Amino acid sequence: MIASGLQTTGAHVREVHDDFHGDLLEVSMGPHHPSTHGVFRMQVTLDGETIVKLKPVFGYLHRNHEKLGENTSYLGSMPYTDRLDYLNSMTNNWAYALAVEKLAGQPVPERAEYLRIILAELTRLLNHTCLAGFLLQDSGASGTPLMYAFREREKILDLFESLSGSRMMCNFQRFGGCRTDASPEWLAAAKKLTDGYGAFLDEYERLITGNEILMARTQGVGVLKPDLAISAGITGPMLRATGVDYDLRKVDAYGFYSRFAFRVPLGDHGDTYDRYMIRVLEMRESIEILQQAFRDLPAGPIMDPKAKLRGFRPKTGEAYGRIEGPKGEIGFYLISDGTPNPYRYRVRPPSLINLTVLEDLCLGHTVADAVIILGSIDIVLGEVDR
Amino acid sequence: MSDFATTLPTGITEPDRDELRRQGILLTSLEEFYNWGRSNSVWPLQFGLACCAIEMIAASMARFDIARFGSEVFRPSPRQADLLIVSGTVTKKMAPQVVRLWNQMPEPKYCIAMGACAISGGPFKQGYNVLKGIDRFIPVDIYIPGCPPRPEALLHGLMTLQEKIRGQKLTGPDAPRHLRADTTCDYPVPEFGEHDLEPPANSAVWQAPTMMRKEKGQA
Repeated sequence: MIASGLQTTGAHVREVHDDFHGDLLEVSMGPHHPSTHGVFRMQVTLDGETIVKLKPVFGYLHRNHEKLGENTSYLGSMPYTDRLDYLNSMTNNWAYALAVEKLAGQPVPERAEYLRIILAELTRLLNHTCLAGFLLQDSGASGTPLMYAFREREKILDLFESLSGSRMMCNFQRFGGCRTDASPEWLAAAKKLTDGYGAFLDEYERLITGNEILMARTQGVGVLKPDLAISAGITGPMLRATGVDYDLRKVDAYGFYSRFAFRVPLGDHGDTYDRYMIRVLEMRESIEILQQAFRDLPAGPIMDPKAKLRGFRPKTGEAYGRIEGPKGEIGFYLISDGTPNPYRYRVRPPSLINLTVLEDLCLGHTVADAVIILGSIDIVLGEVDR
Repeated sequence: MSDFATTLPTGITEPDRDELRRQGILLTSLEEFYNWGRSNSVWPLQFGLACCAIEMIAASMARFDIARFGSEVFRPSPRQADLLIVSGTVTKKMAPQVVRLWNQMPEPKYCIAMGACAISGGPFKQGYNVLKGIDRFIPVDIYIPGCPPRPEALLHGLMTLQEKIRGQKLTGPDAPRHLRADTTCDYPVPEFGEHDLEPPANSAVWQAPTMMRKEKGQA
């Protein structure tokens, strides 16, 4: 039977008894399912309540992002990148701007780099807070943790709105800088939020982290082995939860991350609980980075004076720009043929690649665990399907 | 609400009713009572498609608190829902499922097209895989523009829907769909054909707009 090939690791993996086999049951979870985080579908084969096969079905939100990118000017694709991973528009903007800046050899002024780091770390706080809320929602803590998370999210969105004019779709980065400068009042408000965020995390952790039910539901569930994670190309908190020390902020040191002192939290077991804890710890490191950035933020222009916005045509060539987004390595690969539009426009979406190991994580667990495992992978369907 | 309150068959005006209400007498008509109850417990389907779904969730959270309007009960099952909020881009792969969900909802049911994508395809309109508006297949009651609309805009859309429900009659041509014999609550589900959805639109709810052009030589 299929069951004999199962990996039986972890305390919560149930053994399938071969002498008591009924029929296997096929269940289609999604695309309309409250816990699939959008329009994702899992074609699950069940033996009793245990998953013996899981086939992910994508494409329900395929919005032709890459094709549209090839038919739009370089700058015209910037608003589309907002809608890739719609929780983290600021980091998507940065990754795309970085790719184009590499392509065109465009320098970025110092203040703009600092602003980018501030906004990226605020985005990381936002994303990880939302993930913690959604994960708890998926595990059955209906309402309360998500309300706490969204309360903080609104505070960060207020900052984004006052800076860029939009709550979610910020469209903020430009090739060679940023669109608007942060006023002293904005910086003071952002600093106040950062200073208070640690208290929120303490409150949230008191509520959640030591919770017995959460530990029972997540510890030993969905264990990802480091070698599988590396060979599957997993990045971001999901990779670091397995104990692999790989953070593009350290590896690439893009922007000015080399000037900042911060630690990269690593997990030990690679289970769902570790993936949750990694995010909480990363938020604490993000607060450290933010405080250093507010301290060191230099004065100066936010836009390179030689940057060209109208009639932007990079020379022929190709470039790949990547940053450590909140979900993992988000990268943009561009080929230019000297025209105003890219010849090829390709996104490396962390959500999609992290999702590819879903079956390996879910085999041997129950349906209810699959929901939590999916929640801990942290997908956004706009990025998975593009 | 006031316009049909003043046309009550009893001839009692709004100030009279206020006076009576102060004295502890609630005067109403069956129609008004029925619509009051319906409009204040519109349960939406817990159904997120894309970016707008995040703002829909935000609207149900503490800051915007959709519960003030009686709509906090997001139901995962279409059988228990009154309102379909189409929150995001509908692709051609997803459109049949959306129509099927709409068919599974019991009458009386309403539909809000939230965001530019659900209205017209929005920024992704040029895409080969994006449906150019959900109103091609199901009847939409309220359109909320924006990309994505703010939660306040969703609340405004909901209030507008409540107003619409309160204005509906029990009989006659203004009666809602579920009280009329000549309408269906089942809409044909499109299938993904060789090039496009088959049929590309439901002609009972949507007709292609006609362009008015001036004849040559006309002033």
